[in-house]
Amino acid sequence: VKDSMRGLAVFISDIRNCKSKEAEEKRINKELANIRSKFKGDKALDGYQKKKYVCKLLFIFLLGNDIDFGHMEAVNLLNSNKYTEKQIGYLFISVLISENNELMRLVQQNLKNDLASRNPVHVNLALECIANIGSKEMAEMFAPEIPKLLVMGDAGDTVKQSAALCLLKLFRTAPEMVPLGDWTSRVIHLLNDQHMGVVTAAVSLIEALVKRNPDDFKGCVSLSISRLARIVTSSYTDLQDYTYYFVPAPWLSVKLLRLLQNYPPPEDTTVRNRLAECLETILNKAVEPPKSKKVQHSNAKNAVLFEAISLIIHMDSDPSLLVRACSQLGQFLSNRETNLRYLALESMCLLATSEFSHDAVKRHQETVVTALKSERDVSVRQRAVDLLYAMCDRSNAEEIVGEMLTYLETADYSIRGELVLKIAILAEKYASDYTWYVDTILNLIRLAGDFVSEEVWYRVIQIVINREDVQAYAAKTVFEALEAPACHENMVKVGGYILGEFGNLIAGDARSSPSTQFQLLHGKFHLCSPPTRALLLSAYIKLVNLFPEIREDIIAVLESDANLRNSNVEIQQRASEYLSLARNSTQDVLATVLEEMPPFPERESSILAQLRKKKPAVEDAIRVRGEKQQQRPASGAADGAAASAAPIAATPASGGGGGVKLQGDIAGAESNTDSDLLGLDFGGSAPAAAAGGGGAGGGSVDLLSSILDVGVSSSSSSSAAPSAASGASAQRKTVVVGAGASGSIVGEENWHKFVCKNSGVLYENDILQVGVKCDYQQSSGRIVVYYGNKTPAPLAQFASVINLPDSSLTNQLGIQVKPVGDRVGASEQVNEVITVDCMAEFFACPLLNIRFVYSGVAQSITLKLPLTINKFMQSSEMDSATFFQHWKQLSQPEQECQKIFQAKFPMDAETTKTKILGFGFSLLSNIDSNPANFVGAGIVQTKSGNIGSLFRLEPNQQAQMYRLTVHSIKPGVSKRLCELLETQI
Amino acid sequence: MCSFLEWKELKIVYKRYASLYFCCAIEQQDNELLCLEVIHRYVELLDKYFGSVCELDIIFNFEKAYFMLDEFILGGEVQETSKKNVLKAIAAQDLLQEDSNEPKSVLEDLGLANIASALSS
Repeated sequence: VKDSMRGLAVFISDIRNCKSKEAEEKRINKELANIRSKFKGDKALDGYQKKKYVCKLLFIFLLGNDIDFGHMEAVNLLNSNKYTEKQIGYLFISVLISENNELMRLVQQNLKNDLASRNPVHVNLALECIANIGSKEMAEMFAPEIPKLLVMGDAGDTVKQSAALCLLKLFRTAPEMVPLGDWTSRVIHLLNDQHMGVVTAAVSLIEALVKRNPDDFKGCVSLSISRLARIVTSSYTDLQDYTYYFVPAPWLSVKLLRLLQNYPPPEDTTVRNRLAECLETILNKAVEPPKSKKVQHSNAKNAVLFEAISLIIHMDSDPSLLVRACSQLGQFLSNRETNLRYLALESMCLLATSEFSHDAVKRHQETVVTALKSERDVSVRQRAVDLLYAMCDRSNAEEIVGEMLTYLETADYSIRGELVLKIAILAEKYASDYTWYVDTILNLIRLAGDFVSEEVWYRVIQIVINREDVQAYAAKTVFEALEAPACHENMVKVGGYILGEFGNLIAGDARSSPSTQFQLLHGKFHLCSPPTRALLLSAYIKLVNLFPEIREDIIAVLESDANLRNSNVEIQQRASEYLSLARNSTQDVLATVLEEMPPFPERESSILAQLRKKKPAVEDAIRVRGEKQQQRPASGAADGAAASAAPIAATPASGGGGGVKLQGDIAGAESNTDSDLLGLDFGGSAPAAAAGGGGAGGGSVDLLSSILDVGVSSSSSSSAAPSAASGASAQRKTVVVGAGASGSIVGEENWHKFVCKNSGVLYENDILQVGVKCDYQQSSGRIVVYYGNKTPAPLAQFASVINLPDSSLTNQLGIQVKPVGDRVGASEQVNEVITVDCMAEFFACPLLNIRFVYSGVAQSITLKLPLTINKFMQSSEMDSATFFQHWKQLSQPEQECQKIFQAKFPMDAETTKTKILGFGFSLLSNIDSNPANFVGAGIVQTKSGNIGSLFRLEPNQQAQMYRLTVHSIKPGVSKRLCELLETQI
Repeated sequence: MCSFLEWKELKIVYKRYASLYFCCAIEQQDNELLCLEVIHRYVELLDKYFGSVCELDIIFNFEKAYFMLDEFILGGEVQETSKKNVLKAIAAQDLLQEDSNEPKSVLEDLGLANIASALSS
């Protein structure tokens, strides 16, 4: 307090006296002008003045203004030999200079000098500055030096403390820069240090190191337990100033308990018992009368208690401790401190995932339900929802889901979305009676329709389609729900879909006759959005098939101008196609095209994935419990519905491939933007798109035949038309020819993996994941690039450009890109569809350049697109005579290519076969006299003609070498195929 | 009211002293109750150093508030929990100051000395 910069105090005082925002701005601008002139002036400023002005700038910055000068003066202060000047210089730099600033070099030089100083206060200043900035460059420069300060015998305690946390910060920034060495074995012995402050700082560092390499630091387990034992058994006077409101060393205790949560329970019995004693002591203290009435005392004590309970839950091995923990938490549930109720609910949520304590947690169900109904704090209610979700099992599901539904009516808007997902998941997971499931989901839509995401209503449809026993009930129930005077649009969607499929099951009842069903649905039509109307049109055509008697009514709707000439292309096209279908087709054709949907493949519910995105930790814990329970033989085995719950807990084998055929029909049409919500593959859209491109009005007969031939839904063909149009207009921007690749190409290694396969992760760093999924048919291909933002912040100005490094590629490939939006939200995934036509053989590789701005910094990533000539190759079968005939024909020098090379992977025949087939060649047997050799053929299909190619691969096991020979009709192709295949085997 | 709020991937732990709110953003696995006490210990340190700290002490001596925070917490982790040790370190810094010729505190200078303590607990 004694040191003062009078000018600074006067300035702050002036600012505070300003009556308006404008006055404040004026005063600030005046000061900025003054400081600027002082810094520019001829008169040299002394250290004190510089310090004062730098401090003023800092204050102006803290008021929320940008500071664009004075950085140099701050850096100059670092050279001062006066401590306070140096200190202010470092403060300004830590708070205000960005790590990319060009002055950082100078700063780092000063840091280096100060780190080497004999004066520990200077060393500390440097360490604190490094810890506050913690950039990657600093990690590179200082991480090798700091460990010395940490374990050096003569370094003072405060230096050791700062060094430990400084190193921790650098380790978190760039773990690869921190060299592990001698010091790492010595660092765990800091747990024994006499100075409690040193131990407190060191434990944090050790925990981070342990997370990386638990095995290397195993020794810290027994050391931590001894240290913990000494603390918990000490009286509060023993630790002097490290006792906080009668609680001995709460910070250190919590850190030690946290560290131990990185390991399983100790194997050594003595150590394990010692830890159990510590934990018991902590639990015992919880029930002792408090030594002080102050909230600090109870907070510190309970902080240690909650951390101990976390450790008990983590070890999950001592039933008596688990049950004690649970009863302690149970008491907190009705504590008058809101914070404690919150934490008790949170911890119990984890406890519910342990098989030992799951039942003990269930005993508190009533209290938790009460909390849900009566807690005034939304954070606490949210925890209660989480706990109910975690404690839910088959025995209490109906009750818990019922309570959650009741709560949904009054729940805060902020948590309704999540609540809806939770209810949907529990209802599915624990449904022993699927009529209950259907009722629950329809209730969800009724109560909170706006919060029912597509995943939820898609899922109920999947389940109804897959479970014959519930179809009639579902049809009856949605019919009744639609009779309500006002019903949510999501209800109309579900109703349309289900009546379209199963309306016949309730048509016998006069109250729900075919024409009543149709009138009921059509009564909602005009109130719905275009996607829902499109769905209803599909439902109507399905009804034509189910009920020929109402065909004319439906034709009237389809041919009305409102639909046939609707400005929405999707509606227009559906109306037009369905009209032709309804008018011209025989009942047989109708029955084939509009056949009932085949079952969906059983797979993990996409709802669960969505919830996991929201709540990773809890969801994972619950999943682990699910798996644990499945491992226990008795659990659920005799349970009738266990089999149907299994797809959620774990992903079973797919239910067979038959499901793809028409699945796109109704559900897929709802969302052209995200066709993968159902987790389905919409097979073969490329040829259909070609057929459908002819336009919406005319060629419906052609369209029909293409539908019948290819077995692709009409909706996916029609949706291709607008996208092709928009693709053409966007093409100029998204494909660039011949431009030099900006930045070096990354992810080359992953690129090689795509030569023989068509999906996977192409590139990944801390910010972005780029996944790719491609399919190829003849000379066309479709590459879907998924951009996943891995960060909690959005990626701005997002753009991707296809770069053709070789200008001849422009004639060889026709590339169209449907570009993504210019922003990828936090943890969001967007996809970009690239369609490719192979015009002629090509050898270079298009590049994908991705640019975006992340936290203010522009990023550019250039990847090779996994697009190689073999993608357009189709395997070809032939007999031995034909093979040899072709082989001989194609033996001009430029048609033949041979390579001898070292095997790059283990020479396993089966793996090699898989790779060759993935590459595109066939495998022909009985051709080569040596059965160990591989021969085969393929045809590269391009718009300008087919290119037949043959290969022979001769392994030499002893030398671990291969000889590969490729013959191909076109020059260059054999060489390219050789090169590509060589990298794969 | 509960002192913990969920915010993005983090939790906000906050406590109010008179007109000042102290907030910490902590990670999911961090200990919320102890974080409340981190706040309290920091306020205690300020209080001890300034002698019945008030909002104005922090505004007029914001750099000191930073220096004290650096001694107590570094790189997001608690470095030194002993009140004595932190204050000893700050006192040592003050001793290194060269302009000790100003006898009175800035606040006294400005006639702001007798502002009641905002520290309530």
